[in-house]
Amino acid sequence: MLLEYAAIAAFILVAVLVGAIAIILGALFGPRKKTEAKMMPYESGMNPIGPGARRMPVRFYLIAVLFILFDIEIVFFLPWAIVFRQLGLFGLIEMAIFIAILLVGYFYAWKKGALEWE
Amino acid sequence: MTGAQILFLVCAGLILGSAVMVVTARNLMHAAFWLIAALFGVAVVYAILQAGFMAMIQVVIYIGAIAIMFIFADMLTRRDVRESRAQIGRNWPVAVLLGLLILAGLTALILAQPGVGRVAPALPSGLDPVAALGKALVSPDAYVLPFEVASVLLLSALVGAVYLAFLKKQ
Repeated sequence: MLLEYAAIAAFILVAVLVGAIAIILGALFGPRKKTEAKMMPYESGMNPIGPGARRMPVRFYLIAVLFILFDIEIVFFLPWAIVFRQLGLFGLIEMAIFIAILLVGYFYAWKKGALEWE
Repeated sequence: MTGAQILFLVCAGLILGSAVMVVTARNLMHAAFWLIAALFGVAVVYAILQAGFMAMIQVVIYIGAIAIMFIFADMLTRRDVRESRAQIGRNWPVAVLLGLLILAGLTALILAQPGVGRVAPALPSGLDPVAALGKALVSPDAYVLPFEVASVLLLSALVGAVYLAFLKKQ
């Protein structure tokens, strides 16, 4: 039964290898001549302004939280959707209530402009 | 030892090692990446336990959403707050003692459960765990009430997150 995951394991292995090969080949064969200009953080060709790591706007955090919430909804939708036809009208109503409650929050976020980037 | 046991031991080592790195890494961003490694190890353990749906959720929710939120939260934090603090507080002996007590209590609880050490029976063939879960979620004699309450919980989290993010602007 664990062999079902062999394809996923192979996929992960190839993904890691592709990334690792690119880094290892560069580290092995790339010339390393450090100059001051080369060690500067890269900022589209110009000299960098200010520290590289500055605080991100809270908007990113909001997007991440909203993503978690909608992601968790998928966890409920998926098992329901698999047996949706067997559940009949009752299952449909249950899910309609579930979604209706969540739509309140969705419209609240929409109204507040949380879904827009400004 | 079977292949699954070897895989489990490798995973357990990966999880524990990554978890130690999460709490000892000085750079918060590195800690977040070690956390992703630990969470991925847990996903593999779910797969070993034949809980494929849980493994998928572990990757999609915990790695795909919650770890990303941690990384964003780290990027929101001021740099001087992030790196200047000592990693170990004055109360560490108390914390170690409490941790060991909790470990002992949990171990005793787990060992007291009937069926510890026995191999779990294989899932009946032809059973689709995800379909069974879907049926249980909406059937009145199973989880329909927690299912509907979960939507209220998600709603409050959604409204709370939006409210907090827009608090300063008004």
